[in-house]
Amino acid sequence: MNVITAENLTKSFGSFTAVDHISFEVAQGEIFGFLGANGAGKTTAIRMLCGLSKPTSGKGYVAGFDIRKQPEQIKANIGYLSQKFALYEDLKVWENIRLYAGIYGIPEKKIGDRIDEILTRLGFENEKEVLVKALPLGWKQKLSFSVAIVHEPRIVFLDEPTSGVDPATRRQFWELIYDAADRGITVFVTTHYMDEAEYCNRVSIMVDGKIQALDTPKNLKKQFEAGNMDEVFHQLARKARLNGD
Amino acid sequence: MNPVTVKNISRKFGKLEALKEISFEANQGEIFGIIGPDGAGKTTLFRILTTLLLADTGEAAVDGFDIVRDYKQIRKRIGYMPGRFSLYQDLTVEENLSVFATVFETTVEKNYDLIKDIYQQIEPFKNRRAGALSGGMKQKLALCCALIHKPSVLFLDEPTTGVDPISRKDLWDMLIRLKKENITILVSTPYMDEAGLCDRIALIQEGRFLKIDTPAELTRKFDKILWAVQSNAMSKLLADLRNHEKVQTCFAFGETHHITMDDSSLTIIELQKYLSRLGHTDIEIRPIVASVEDCFMNLTAKESEK
Amino acid sequence: MKQLKAFIKKEFYHIFRDRLTTAILLLLPIMMLILVGYAITTEVRNTELAIFDPSKDAATLAIINKLESSGYFNVTRYLDSPDEIEHVFREGKTGLAVVFSERFYENLMHTGQAQVQLLADGADPNHAITVTNYATTIIASYQQELLKASVTGVPYQISPEVKLLYNPQMKGAYNFVPGVMGMILMLICAMMTSVSIAREKELGTMELLLVSPMKPIYIILSKVVPYFFLSIINLTTILLLSVYLLKVPIAGSLFWLIILALLFIFVSLALGLLISSMVEKQLVALLISGMALMMPVVFLSGMLFPVENMPWLLRMISEIIPAKWFIMGVRKIMIKGLSYPSITKELLVLGSMAVVLIAVSLKKFKIRLE
Repeated sequence: MNVITAENLTKSFGSFTAVDHISFEVAQGEIFGFLGANGAGKTTAIRMLCGLSKPTSGKGYVAGFDIRKQPEQIKANIGYLSQKFALYEDLKVWENIRLYAGIYGIPEKKIGDRIDEILTRLGFENEKEVLVKALPLGWKQKLSFSVAIVHEPRIVFLDEPTSGVDPATRRQFWELIYDAADRGITVFVTTHYMDEAEYCNRVSIMVDGKIQALDTPKNLKKQFEAGNMDEVFHQLARKARLNGD
Repeated sequence: MNPVTVKNISRKFGKLEALKEISFEANQGEIFGIIGPDGAGKTTLFRILTTLLLADTGEAAVDGFDIVRDYKQIRKRIGYMPGRFSLYQDLTVEENLSVFATVFETTVEKNYDLIKDIYQQIEPFKNRRAGALSGGMKQKLALCCALIHKPSVLFLDEPTTGVDPISRKDLWDMLIRLKKENITILVSTPYMDEAGLCDRIALIQEGRFLKIDTPAELTRKFDKILWAVQSNAMSKLLADLRNHEKVQTCFAFGETHHITMDDSSLTIIELQKYLSRLGHTDIEIRPIVASVEDCFMNLTAKESEK
Repeated sequence: MKQLKAFIKKEFYHIFRDRLTTAILLLLPIMMLILVGYAITTEVRNTELAIFDPSKDAATLAIINKLESSGYFNVTRYLDSPDEIEHVFREGKTGLAVVFSERFYENLMHTGQAQVQLLADGADPNHAITVTNYATTIIASYQQELLKASVTGVPYQISPEVKLLYNPQMKGAYNFVPGVMGMILMLICAMMTSVSIAREKELGTMELLLVSPMKPIYIILSKVVPYFFLSIINLTTILLLSVYLLKVPIAGSLFWLIILALLFIFVSLALGLLISSMVEKQLVALLISGMALMMPVVFLSGMLFPVENMPWLLRMISEIIPAKWFIMGVRKIMIKGLSYPSITKELLVLGSMAVVLIAVSLKKFKIRLE
């Protein structure tokens, strides 16, 4: 079953076409890597899929809802996390979880259980009462992710969630992503780390607003006769050079 | 005398010991990488060496000048690119460059040769405001601004964070070219593939250098057995491998998981049997040579257990 | 010098590329002056009138009648003694009290002279001036009628004596001009300077400037010079507007007025620098300059409320507020028409404040991050 469908999705700003007729489908429980150079149009595409910006033309369905007409329903069924944390530094760990559980409309009775569940999954039982600002960066990032999916959405969008994070923390973060995908949450992720692209079930590579490649990492490497995803990316993205980043 | 010499530098912020007895030297024309997690003290070290902060104890010299006494001399001779984008967002590319040229009492023309290769990549956008540039172009501009006065030592604090792989490669091509100009470069990065491009790297954790070595030596000295394992269910595989009593560490590495063991008492066949018993198919196990990332993961494994 | 020039140019780019800021900086003084000059002077209708009339004769009744039929006044109280005046004003409803002298008509007829006192609440000087003006005009018209009807040709004269309660010096609308000048200059210089330095810290560009051979004094000057020029432009606008639009003349010496303003600008710039050396964020700079500088300027400089009547502590605090001295000096020059020797004290106080603040802020400027 597909939870994301994009058909010729396009977004123009004046004469500049940021996203140019992209079409793809993402299946339930899939980890979908959305790669591209800075300025290739990834963020614009994600904004459209999250119902934050209207497409100029084309269609898109997320969790069964029309991105054009039902942005509110979409927002209720997705989670979103960018490089910037959405956590409140001056609130305690459990207070942050509680807050977002409330925002996402989890019934009052269930919130307590949900907080315990998340703390256990993260191994943060002892940090429940700690202020978020006292946590190391990697822990914050993990907590942010858990908060972004506190309402068990059908899809979670992650925009460069591991930017600037050290390898050890990045791995722990990816283990959380695996865990979420195992529970049936579809993960739509962008990254600049090409080794992370290999963790994905399928990856698409966007160049100048168009999707130039979309397949499993294994098939892409075969197709481009490359040893790793980094080489695949370079072969494709080099073309974009002359048009700027 | 080496362009950067650091002896027993320590620095506290309140109770937090940001740096503990750091000592090292960087050679002329060398790319010296400082690798470590966030909060390990990289930025504090850079700020001390660029005379922005004072150390509590210890001493250091940059380009032969004492970082406390001769701070004015040092400020003339070094280039610095802070961790976050620090240019004027409301000025154009060209204006930013010329402002920084003036700050360093020089002109864009005088040292244009040095930045030409990288500046040409952003030149088509020279009339665009810096705030409207993409991440990669911003960093290229920042590097140009840091180089405009032909510094003898360059300090780059995570110059490639958030930058796409293409621009990262451009920036690194540039750094390698700068070596030929005999510019010493201190760079920190969270990307392990970039660590491999440094002449020497220091692994930093909780304010302490764990190791200083060349990437080749570092990986050669990796003293554990290292295997790459994959199967049809990678997420489950991670947990199953960690549950095996002879497996010491297990980390996801793209399409495979890397595991280490202390001794060779476990054979590939045995592990294969163990995994198929747990329901894995398409199992592939092969011994591999350690990368810088493997070294980093193992050195920091203890602290990041949590 | 080349460095400094390039940097001042850069600072002007920052100011003018942010259209909103530029508009605020240049239009704010105009808006404030027009507000003060016009919007506050409102049409007065149905002002409640309290009357003390010991005579109760033909003339007083005729005047009361005239006042009431003018549409501007409603007689709501007749007082039994002048002592009640204070009391009715405290109740706050009464806008004007008319106190006739005893045997008003008799005096007028025999001596040709009679007194009437007009008392208004000076706490709102605009209103007070308007109502007393109206009342005076009405009384004058009655006097005209008497003269016309007179066969003897005796020049009857009713002398209305106007008295403002609570604000005996009669600070009218135009007296606000010096206050507005003080406020605008303080705002532009202190607030904008501190915010623009805090912005460099927030963006991290200060870090780059510190790690460069750029002299700290150049960084400071490059921040101060553009706002100095902006203040001069604003000063000119304010003076032109007040002379040509609000018809407030500069009675004294323009030269000394400018010297006084320049001193005040230096003080404000130095305050801005001082604030910026203490804060890291634009928002904090804004709040501090807003709260710590603007509030006292508004409340303690004598611009809105007379400082003389304040408690001892507030009076002491007002002594160290630069705007107070500036406003005092400007009043002397613009309104009272005084010149150099009489503003010596103001010049000296502002001068020494400037020297001390500039010295402190230069010394406090950090050459490192902390």
